[in-house]
Amino acid sequence: MLYFEDFPVGEVIVFGDKLVSAEQIVAFATEWDPQPFHVDAEAAKASQIGELIASGWHTGAMLMRMMCDAYLLDSASEGSPGIEEMRWQKPVRPGDRLTVRRTTLSARASRSRPAIGIVGLQFDVNNQHGETALLLKTSAFLRRRPEIAP
Amino acid sequence: MMAFFEDIVIGEERRLGEHAFSREAIVAFARQYDPQRFHIDEEAAKDSIFEGLCASGWHVAAAAMRCIVDARSRALAERQALGEALPPLGVSPGVENLRWPNPTRPGDIVTYYNRVVSKRETKRPQWGLVFLHTWGVNQHGREAIAMDNRAFIGRRGDITAPL
Repeated sequence: MLYFEDFPVGEVIVFGDKLVSAEQIVAFATEWDPQPFHVDAEAAKASQIGELIASGWHTGAMLMRMMCDAYLLDSASEGSPGIEEMRWQKPVRPGDRLTVRRTTLSARASRSRPAIGIVGLQFDVNNQHGETALLLKTSAFLRRRPEIAP
Repeated sequence: MMAFFEDIVIGEERRLGEHAFSREAIVAFARQYDPQRFHIDEEAAKDSIFEGLCASGWHVAAAAMRCIVDARSRALAERQALGEALPPLGVSPGVENLRWPNPTRPGDIVTYYNRVVSKRETKRPQWGLVFLHTWGVNQHGREAIAMDNRAFIGRRGDITAPL
């Protein structure tokens, strides 16, 4: 179980291996972001990017799932108050393979909740060409490690 | 936001639409993308700082996007009915200051709005960049989500829209 204390500032970890399919891109976008360049490969040719690309919110949701699978489900996570910055720097296309690089930027105790710590994290979601498709800076609430009885 | 870049008025506010969050939908979204205990398990959620089941923040954000797209589709249809040209649809380079001030619970209905904060031309003559503040309020008047977002919007110029 990972607690607040297990996120030292400066730590970098790499995780995730997500192969993105056209079916997944279209399925997410059909429900949440049905713009032509997310749901229709033919119509996407006339768009700004010129081909089918994943919704940026889908890329964010895929990052979330990779975080859950890599460490968050085995942590004392108490959610997140928000995302300071989210940059969709490169399109995510069918066939892309995504991995994540997490950097711990800051760590501090919560003033209002003594049992909680707040960790500042940066996530770089990279594709198979080494390009950063999504850059995200966020804060995470984590419970502090309980005192161990002597 | 639905007009050409040149037509967009700073300060203009728009109701985008609303989205209902059922228990089943909250759990289904979270099982797929964010299976943390407070999004999928009512009992386990009681021990979290949320003190009960709540929607993934990505779910609340995705619903905002759906409302944006639906509002844009309605506006485009209106323009089409008037025989007017359609602005090209652009992508968004990013979002800042996304916050979830209050949890979204089973049964909540969130109404989404946005306001044009500013706009500027880009290096590419066919696109302008519009800066928006977008937010959602639940049926109790509490803010569920807020963010500063941006989008490329086609400029009128003398171009012919691809759609």
